Amino acid sequence: MAALKRSNKPIFWSLFGAGGMLSALIGPMLILITGIALPLGMVNFSYERAVAFAQNGFGKAAILLVISLFLFHGVHRMYHCVHDFGVHVGPGLKAAFHGFAALGTLAAGWLLLSIGG
Amino acid sequence: MSRTIQIECLRYHPERDAAPRYQTYEVPFTDDMSVLQGLQYIKDRLDGSLTFRWSCRMAICGSCGQMVNGVPVLGCETFLRDYYPGKVRVEPLNHFPIVRDLAIDQSDFLEKLESVKPYLISKNVPEKAAFLQTPRQMEDYYQYSQCINCVLCYAACPQYGLNSAFTGPAALALLHRYNADSRDEGKSERMKVVNAEDGVWGCTLVGYCSEVCPKGVDPARAVNQNKIESTKDYFFRFFRK
Amino acid sequence: MRTYTRPMAGWWRRNPFYLWYMLREASCVFITAYALVLLWGLARLSQGKPQFEAWLASLASPVSIAFHAIALLLVLYHAWTWFKVMPRTMPFVRLGAWRVPDGFIVAFAFASSIVLSGALFIAVWRL
Repeated sequence: MAALKRSNKPIFWSLFGAGGMLSALIGPMLILITGIALPLGMVNFSYERAVAFAQNGFGKAAILLVISLFLFHGVHRMYHCVHDFGVHVGPGLKAAFHGFAALGTLAAGWLLLSIGG
Repeated sequence: MSRTIQIECLRYHPERDAAPRYQTYEVPFTDDMSVLQGLQYIKDRLDGSLTFRWSCRMAICGSCGQMVNGVPVLGCETFLRDYYPGKVRVEPLNHFPIVRDLAIDQSDFLEKLESVKPYLISKNVPEKAAFLQTPRQMEDYYQYSQCINCVLCYAACPQYGLNSAFTGPAALALLHRYNADSRDEGKSERMKVVNAEDGVWGCTLVGYCSEVCPKGVDPARAVNQNKIESTKDYFFRFFRK
Repeated sequence: MRTYTRPMAGWWRRNPFYLWYMLREASCVFITAYALVLLWGLARLSQGKPQFEAWLASLASPVSIAFHAIALLLVLYHAWTWFKVMPRTMPFVRLGAWRVPDGFIVAFAFASSIVLSGALFIAVWRL
């Protein structure tokens, strides 16, 4: 039997799981809002209200969590998808996918800080 | 007046074949005949060279696993009438090397079984009589103890097909069977297998294993429950004494 | 013993069960893309009012609506499969001696999703 090294999967799986749960709970409704309700004018998203939400502590946390967890969920599954198609995956690809999600998280965090509040 | 059905079998005799080929047989059948009985008819009356495993004929020994029209099933509990008038294509279980005709080399599975320490590990054995266990304690592991090692789940699992180092559904279900047994104290010894990349983390919850299991073991549940255990073990190991 | 090993290429096309699995996995592309849509909206928000309103207007474009329509279907499928598989990812849940059936857990998860989604919609509607 090959060396039974402890896997680091738990870290990424936890993020994947959190993102999966969040996207399962409110993903469809979010998409419905930005994709259908907003263009049809069923809801109004004024700039003033949006900024107020983003400046609010709860709003910041909500926006950061949604963007970050959706990204970590998506990239983890994408990494496994590539493997499922028979493509050899290694630590480089893993770092690239999760690094992308981390960058997205940092970008979101930085933007939220720059909005102030 | 009997009907006949076409049974197409994968044939592979390594001494004469470079690669598998297919051979079709016309088999007279009745409504109560299983695929296994169809194969037995072929071997007894049409072609004695056809090789396949079987034993109990009643879905308890786990020997007669085959791919029937692309689905892993036990030949003894799969019926020809359900495929008529279509053709029945019988192939050896997926993801295992073919030894001869419909017989696979399952030695890797046997190694995986050994690796999970599938026995009660207990220092506190009661002096008299036996361990006591409540019905609820038995419920915690009972379904996982029903495994007949038929390896249909390995034939179903694409992750095992893509990477045979993956411990796999039945072995991990058996591992969980012992971890979940109140009489067992060997969980920490089995965690190494659980925590490895080819342990529970080789699973992406395709779930087909539980779908094809003839005994309701639900290996997908056993494996994925242990992802939480593995995660707990990963993060809390620093807090253990 | 010269055994024969069959190739795995195209394995997911050989059984409808696997096709549905790949569809579930494919939802991840749209979840990632959607997160980037939101990230882009956040960036436009931080730039100022005209930029944010331009982003809002872009959501009404045919490309955006088409993307959202496909994303909605796939993410709904993701949610469906996620909740259905949830009981299998946790230990048996018991209330005293009674084991909570898997169906209850699934129903509870769907109910939570509906309640939270409803609350989200109302919150945005009243925003």
